[in-house]
Amino acid sequence: MKKLLPLIIFAILLIVPLMGLSTYVMHILILVLMWSVIGMAWNLLGGYTGQVSFGHAAFFGVGAYTAGILYQHLGISAWWGLPVCIVVLTVLSLIIGFICLRLRGAYFALATLALGEICRVTAENLVDFTRGNLGILIKERTWVEKTWFFYIILLIAAGTYIIIKKVIESKLGYYFVAIREDHDAAESLGIDTTFYKTISLCLSGVLTGMAGVFYMNYMGYIDPSIVFPLYDLSITAVMVVMIGGVATYWGPIIGAIIMVFLAEVIRSLPQIGAAHQTIFGIILICIIIFLPNGIAGGDYLKLWEPIKNRWRNKGTSL
Amino acid sequence: MAQLELFIQTIISGFLLGGLYALIGLGMALIMGVMRIINLAHGDIMMIAMYIAYGLFIFLGIDPYISVFIAAPTLFLFGVGVQKYLLTPVMKVESILPHNLVIMTVGIAMVLSNLATVFFTGNYRSIPVNYASSAWYLTDIWKNSPIELSLSMPWTLSFVIAVIITIGLWIFLSKTDTGKSIRATAQDLDAALLMGVNVDRLRNLTFGLGCALVACAGCLFIPIYYLYPSLGKQFTNIGFVITVIGGMGSTNGAVIGGLILGIFESVTATYIGMGWAPVGRFAIFIAALVFLPGGVASILRRKRLGK
Repeated sequence: MKKLLPLIIFAILLIVPLMGLSTYVMHILILVLMWSVIGMAWNLLGGYTGQVSFGHAAFFGVGAYTAGILYQHLGISAWWGLPVCIVVLTVLSLIIGFICLRLRGAYFALATLALGEICRVTAENLVDFTRGNLGILIKERTWVEKTWFFYIILLIAAGTYIIIKKVIESKLGYYFVAIREDHDAAESLGIDTTFYKTISLCLSGVLTGMAGVFYMNYMGYIDPSIVFPLYDLSITAVMVVMIGGVATYWGPIIGAIIMVFLAEVIRSLPQIGAAHQTIFGIILICIIIFLPNGIAGGDYLKLWEPIKNRWRNKGTSL
Repeated sequence: MAQLELFIQTIISGFLLGGLYALIGLGMALIMGVMRIINLAHGDIMMIAMYIAYGLFIFLGIDPYISVFIAAPTLFLFGVGVQKYLLTPVMKVESILPHNLVIMTVGIAMVLSNLATVFFTGNYRSIPVNYASSAWYLTDIWKNSPIELSLSMPWTLSFVIAVIITIGLWIFLSKTDTGKSIRATAQDLDAALLMGVNVDRLRNLTFGLGCALVACAGCLFIPIYYLYPSLGKQFTNIGFVITVIGGMGSTNGAVIGGLILGIFESVTATYIGMGWAPVGRFAIFIAALVFLPGGVASILRRKRLGK
């Protein structure tokens, strides 16, 4: 049963577009799938390899801009971005890895954050190449209906899930986890840590870039502040994984469902809408304190302990 | 001659800017030294201080330079509270991800910047102080000087106050017992614990001190800069770029790093273009990471050992 669960969910998702749901619901489902791709990709680098990145917007944005620039300058369909982005993002990940992977822990996080910002500022300033803050608009959309977009992102998400599952269950995955658990011990056992961290970064970057290419095609318009934001992308990617569950297969998907629905609900509320970031921030703080491994990886018995202890102490004092 | 004039003017304004940057970097370096984390809410704490100074000026007519004395203690208490009730509990939590504290400061930053947007709206504000555009000119002192240089009054004033605060901090860190134990904790946590340093109390104090320093920087920036709720992110970036240039957790390095960054940014803004100044900031950041991973502090240390 447990082995079949992903297949069952995939089959259910395959027939979802045939059920005649409204465009809005389809839009939400597409966003959920897109965020699960980003979350799973982040989880590979952050959750399994232990390299917390605050700069996944760089991968997402460069993916989106790869597609956009192909359309803008070469005049070919933006879908060509999907194969092209593999090359572009591998190169980008290698550069980022060369700069950042010499740093450990929190300093790595900082360096990636800075690189994400560099990408944004560069996209804003290279006006001839990226059209700067004007952004890139795809004038003729591939489809008006959402059905095919849904199938494409579903395929990307399923592919991401399979790739990550295969990687984690192979020797590579054990190397990743070893690096996360104890960097020095892993190195002393003969694991070339920089090499494996670079592989993890490349995989994570390419998968995030795929989501970016899809976003370009789906939304039809990008500008630097949409695809390179710090809070709305890099940090949200961290939150998706933190809420769902670090280093679990299903965590990012659960996190994506919660985050997307929460964002929609909170933004639609009349008074609280403007304060959605505050609410996300408070949720993040609570998750870190009370459920540090997320919903899928939570130790729920532990949550009860303080309450149980207090109750027990009261009992003895009486 | 005009070229030279422009160049010297650029260096001067970069130096003045660098003095203020050093104050931001100092707070961050202190926190980084003792806590081993990067406080990604640093810029947002500065933003709060700026709103306090703004409010004091608009409603009570208090000069932003005097509001340093109100904003800094307020933010000190705020920092102590954050450390005591939010960060210390997280240190004890067991989790797979080792960098929970950093993500925690991101959460705090999100809440602060968003609350500021809700309460103060996203409008750009600035304080209309009457000395905002006054300046000293070289020709006033030296009648037939071949080049014309000017020194903006609020910039110079802010710089001087920043220098005074930095010297005060230096005296505190090198002469008092508490300051010495902060430095000891930054150097070796376990040894400090064994020597009887109350590390928990010290962490509260350091976080508060870091917040107070950045609050001072905020008040000093108010007369020369404008104010909007999401400005925190930019200054957080500046803060950690400085700490990386200066060397992680080194206070001397942070001062030098701030000056380097200020001059470098001013030069890129003059000679390449205003929009590229942030790129210059990050370029120097990456150059520091690649070529000088230990920062300026490693050079200082090498010199000292060489003696």
